[in-house]
Amino acid sequence: MAEEILVTNPDHPITVTDGTIKEAVEAYPFLVIDCWAEWCGPCKMIGPILESLAKKHAGEIVFAKLDVEKNPQTVATYSIRSIPNLLVFKNGNKVGDIVGAMPEEKLIERIRSFA
Amino acid sequence: MYDILIVGSGPAGLTAGMYASRAAMRTLLLASAYHPSLITTTDLIENYPGFPEGISGFELVEKFREQAEKFGLECIQDDAVSLEKTSKNSAPAWKVTTSGSSFEALAVIIATGTEYAHLNVKGEEELTGRGVSYCATCDGPFFKDAHLVVVGGGDTAVQEALFLTRFARKVTIVHRRDRLRATGILRQRAHDNERISFEWNAVVTEIMGESAVTGVKIRNVKNPEDEKVLKAEGVFIFTGYIPYTSFLHGILALDEGGYIVVDAEMKTSAPGIFACGDCTKKLLRQVVTACGDGATAAFSAEHYVNELKGTLYGT
Repeated sequence: MAEEILVTNPDHPITVTDGTIKEAVEAYPFLVIDCWAEWCGPCKMIGPILESLAKKHAGEIVFAKLDVEKNPQTVATYSIRSIPNLLVFKNGNKVGDIVGAMPEEKLIERIRSFA
Repeated sequence: MYDILIVGSGPAGLTAGMYASRAAMRTLLLASAYHPSLITTTDLIENYPGFPEGISGFELVEKFREQAEKFGLECIQDDAVSLEKTSKNSAPAWKVTTSGSSFEALAVIIATGTEYAHLNVKGEEELTGRGVSYCATCDGPFFKDAHLVVVGGGDTAVQEALFLTRFARKVTIVHRRDRLRATGILRQRAHDNERISFEWNAVVTEIMGESAVTGVKIRNVKNPEDEKVLKAEGVFIFTGYIPYTSFLHGILALDEGGYIVVDAEMKTSAPGIFACGDCTKKLLRQVVTACGDGATAAFSAEHYVNELKGTLYGT
């Protein structure tokens, strides 16, 4: 799979990998990475919520997805032990993570609480 | 105004949705965005008829949804937070409120299911997502060659312990009694599995670790002096269930455990509200019984709606 070029103000969740996560964290001042896997049912519930949030908050928050099965380095770096897991980055630093699915309004509230 | 509003998107809710849609009832199903149906986190279902090879819970529920939507069921992702009486052209109706909107229907079917009970011990909440888990299919793959503890002795605990042996080098089942409650075939598999060991008559009193789980403290229930620490990287908790019915207090009859009391027609104590699946008071909580309840609840609700509208067949 070709690696996605980091676009400016995307209105949909972009894909990041072990190879591109560093670049994405540095490029976007407010970045939320959804760590998911094909085997995880609850992760699939978060998918449409992130699509919607990415559209609503385009230009402010960048949403990204990372497949934990294909990116073991990121799993190790951030000690991921549970998915769905959202990693929240502000100005290049990890400021929090959110474990588990939740409704859209609650999720954006939690994301903003880290800002 | 809908004819029937269904709250919950597990096997009970989706089956009710399929039956209600086929009955040409104007039906809406609210699927929780927060609490996935518990069965979607089960790796393998071997006792739902028609799937001799077994099927994953997620896949099965996707099939239920596909089948229900084929008959026109409208599903949206939203969580009910309250339920109140209302009326439509002097006929009694119900209003279901979510965090952002509200929906009215002549009849409501509650199929909200349950969630896993927490142990409420030190370390559990702090380490959730850092080694404490309630979903083996989601989190098991992160524990390759680890030692894991599974708490519980029922079907779910044993099924998930067996699943976790695919990744872990050792799985210890901690159970408060001296034998498993799980069904015979699962019990046998667990006893035959070299990677599974048992701590009988034991309860977890603390989950240990700073940034990640390092172990669990267990105590013998027969001899409280007998405490020890099991070193482990992960703890999977399947000790029991809590029904999602807190928003129904004061509206309809619940038993002491919070389960909805229904009759054989899935009627609750509140006229126009029906319930089905794991959130109801019943003997056996399985996919197959949830589906049966769901069909009955939809039929019962259809009958109720037709009676209100004066269009009941035979009158």
